[in-house]
Amino acid sequence: MKNLKNKVAAATLSLALTCATSAAFAEDSSKPIVIPTHNWSSQVVMAYVIGGIFESLGNNVEYVPADSQAVYEAIRNGDVTISHEVWQSTFGASFYNAMEKGGVIDAGTHEAATLEEMGVPRYVIDNNLCPGLPNWEALKSCPEVFATADSGGKGRWLEGPQSWHGDLMPVRLDALGLGDSYTVKFAGSADAIWAELASAKKEGRGIITFNWTPNFTDADGFVFIEFPSYKDGCRKADGGDGSCGSPKGWLKKAANYKFPKTHPKAYKTFSRLSFSTEQIGQMASLVDIGKLSHQDAAKKWLADNEAVWKPFTE
Amino acid sequence: MEYLKKNIQLSQFLGLLAVFFVLYFTISHSEHNVFWRLPALFAPLPAAINGAVEFLMFEWLPIEIYDAELDEYEESALLKEITRGFSGAVLFCIQFIRELLLGGVKTIVAFTSWDFIRANKWLVWPALPWTVVAGGAIILGYALRGKGLALLVGFSTAYIAIFGQWVPAMETLSFVLIAAPISVLLGLVFGVLAFKSKKVETVLMPLLNVAQTMPHFSYLVPVTVLFGVGDHAGAIATIIFATPPMIRLTLLGLKKVPPEVIEAGLMSGCTPRQSMYRVMIPTARRDMLIGINQVIMQCLAMAVIASFIGAKGLGFNLLLALNQLRIGQALELGICIVLIAVVLDKLSLAWADKQTDYFADLEFAQRHKYSLLFLGLFVVATLLAFIGSILFRDGINYFYLIPHNQGITTENFWQAGVDWMVDNWYQGLQGFNKGLIVNVLVPMKNAYLGMPVSATFLLVMGIGYIIGGIRSALIVGAFLLFIALTEWWDRALITAYMTSFAVIASVIIGVSVGSVCAQYSLATKTALLVCDTFQTFPSFIYLIPVIMLFGVTDTSVLIAVIVYATIPATRYTIEGLRNVPETLREAGAMSGVNAWQRWTRIELPLAFPHMMLGINQTVIFALFMVIIGAMIGTEDLGQFILKALSDKNGTGNGLMLGLCVAFIGLAVDHLINTWANQRKAQLGLT
Repeated sequence: MKNLKNKVAAATLSLALTCATSAAFAEDSSKPIVIPTHNWSSQVVMAYVIGGIFESLGNNVEYVPADSQAVYEAIRNGDVTISHEVWQSTFGASFYNAMEKGGVIDAGTHEAATLEEMGVPRYVIDNNLCPGLPNWEALKSCPEVFATADSGGKGRWLEGPQSWHGDLMPVRLDALGLGDSYTVKFAGSADAIWAELASAKKEGRGIITFNWTPNFTDADGFVFIEFPSYKDGCRKADGGDGSCGSPKGWLKKAANYKFPKTHPKAYKTFSRLSFSTEQIGQMASLVDIGKLSHQDAAKKWLADNEAVWKPFTE
Repeated sequence: MEYLKKNIQLSQFLGLLAVFFVLYFTISHSEHNVFWRLPALFAPLPAAINGAVEFLMFEWLPIEIYDAELDEYEESALLKEITRGFSGAVLFCIQFIRELLLGGVKTIVAFTSWDFIRANKWLVWPALPWTVVAGGAIILGYALRGKGLALLVGFSTAYIAIFGQWVPAMETLSFVLIAAPISVLLGLVFGVLAFKSKKVETVLMPLLNVAQTMPHFSYLVPVTVLFGVGDHAGAIATIIFATPPMIRLTLLGLKKVPPEVIEAGLMSGCTPRQSMYRVMIPTARRDMLIGINQVIMQCLAMAVIASFIGAKGLGFNLLLALNQLRIGQALELGICIVLIAVVLDKLSLAWADKQTDYFADLEFAQRHKYSLLFLGLFVVATLLAFIGSILFRDGINYFYLIPHNQGITTENFWQAGVDWMVDNWYQGLQGFNKGLIVNVLVPMKNAYLGMPVSATFLLVMGIGYIIGGIRSALIVGAFLLFIALTEWWDRALITAYMTSFAVIASVIIGVSVGSVCAQYSLATKTALLVCDTFQTFPSFIYLIPVIMLFGVTDTSVLIAVIVYATIPATRYTIEGLRNVPETLREAGAMSGVNAWQRWTRIELPLAFPHMMLGINQTVIFALFMVIIGAMIGTEDLGQFILKALSDKNGTGNGLMLGLCVAFIGLAVDHLINTWANQRKAQLGLT
């Protein structure tokens, strides 16, 4: 019986701990590092990837599902230790709010440059639904291609929830002189945008949505509209008229302020950690296209890319 | 005219409408006109609430906490330490059950330390093989009720295991197994207290009203501020949601205990305590059982929402699947949630129904046959798991735990179904979609937004006066005033427009379907089963196909709302019609009525008060779902509640917005209840 229990225990153990540990790194606390998981693939896979890296350092790791906006408050209070995907325009506000109150630190930036912008699926360009795209001026001549049942004949821009960037897009529409022929509709969640994109693709109909890269939509092809380029102060909040596109954004990492003290080794690794657009895309596609489970995708990615992540730990 | 004279209420109502329209068209739309919009006097309130909560949690009564890890003292607040201590206790319970089912180290850590685990890597609590849990549940079902229940449990556990959802299902189960008993216990305690003291009842009732009508999204942020994120926070939010019906039904049951029974108890010399526990509670069992049923339904209905604040399990995986638009997978997860609800419900009912046989004189083996059977199962299944670990040395040990998503799946089938639907129906539905939006929804929305605040007050308070006199007028007026003084009045009007459209459609569908089904007993049973299923089936799943067909529009939101809100309308119609006394039907038959006359002249009028309660529930369900509709994209209160998750003043905004929604619900609730009670009294039904 005892032997049996050991066997079963060993089986569990091998599941729980993927990597061997060494006593040399004992100065990190043995308390688990709490990593949040949100509801999109690349984030969840990266959570398990980072968890796996921490485990290889001999740390204990725990995963907790959390809302992607509310998580910064949780980091501040120490309920969650890190966040590894802080998108500039979507979560910047929540991140800086929490930082202002104290308790959250900036743990560096990923190599991946992000872009969060309005765009169209590739087939809109390929099928020449609106000649001249992706240049924004082309939009002037074809609002009807992007009209929907509730847009009153105008073209519709499907924007993310209002909590993401407030009235940035309505202001931009007016500033570009498109206000009479286009209207902005705020979707309630990312899921709503994906559902509309999937449905539009089936029909091959025109659609303009807010989207970002790196994202799983990169695989199908998604083209961002080229607006007048971003300059400091061009946005209305900064004193401009708002007639400019989005800047190349950063993808940051956040941590609870105690993390560097309780887990110095892990924090050092975490602050050096930096993934590129391509690597994030690989992680997401293992799940979205390879149909692996998130844990398995992370294991596979870690096994295939030791050369990438080992240097962070040294 | 004759009819109007006879029917005073109707003529009063027509007069009211006339005045309403005069106001509607005469009052000028100017921001400074208080008859058009009241000033937002409550606008600073959310920030104040937020400040107060933050002060209480993080600054009030500072204490020094020693951090052993960093070897330094840091300042914390007393209340925070207390709530976090409570969270820790709840979390420990959840993890204990979870590790019994799935294995792990945290329970051991609770008694030792993480360092101890690091030093002793072999020390891991093994999971119960899934065969033991499934077999144990089947034996339990057989012991409590017999073959039928055992079969149901067997089917459900097999489904969960075969579809590869065992691990998330057990994660969900472990937090339900904590949240549900706590809710039942709290419900019993508060129910008994309210029964014993009128004072407690008067304080408790308004709180229950608010708790039952406040959308769950609105207290997620306060819960995370007070208790942090994680399974415990999910469990606590679930308890807030699931306890009120238990309190209500306990109180109702106790009030219904006949005085003869209580007196019989007193005559036998019961102490007050014995009278309560041995006489009254067992007598009130029927209503309490409905309470337990409600608690379980509510707990699983929260499975998805709770994952927003850290609950692991089916709900989280469901959101993840939906984000990838894997509707088939989400559907399978949703079915798991329904199955767990059904199994827990049936098991708990069977357990509560089980009578102790005081006279049985059995041998040891006879008395403990089920325990012995389980022991046997445990040994055999564990051996099997051990053999499995050799057999499937490199693969998955199917006799031990089936990892997530390694089972079979019908995903492709459902996916194909959704694709087919979009391919074939999209074009045809566009005309309908556009027509509905342009001709009905937009005008209706504008009509609501064009209502001067004074006209709204007149209309609602006037209806209150006609139905329940000056008292009702003041009550609904107060609810309205609260909303009118916040900065969200226009948002509330949009919520009201969507809710009223959905309620009208749901009631028409629900009453027609219910009326037809109530004529046949088989149809009745089927319809009630469908109602039960849809009540626990996570509504998030049908949001996605609806968006694919109707886009991010109000049509999509309203369709999702109508699917959900038709449930109570149907259920109460069926119940109301089935409860019409058989003698009255026969009396009708003797007077020579045909089926149509029987329905319109006898059944409907008699069932009407009960059906009105159904409409009441329809309003509440519709409000809840309109708020969830914010995930599709709305401009109403729900969108702001969703936004509160990331606001600076999230706690204050969430609570205030939640109250606005609750007060809309409570105003309607008050009007309908008052009216239904009067009708019942007139018909001699009470």
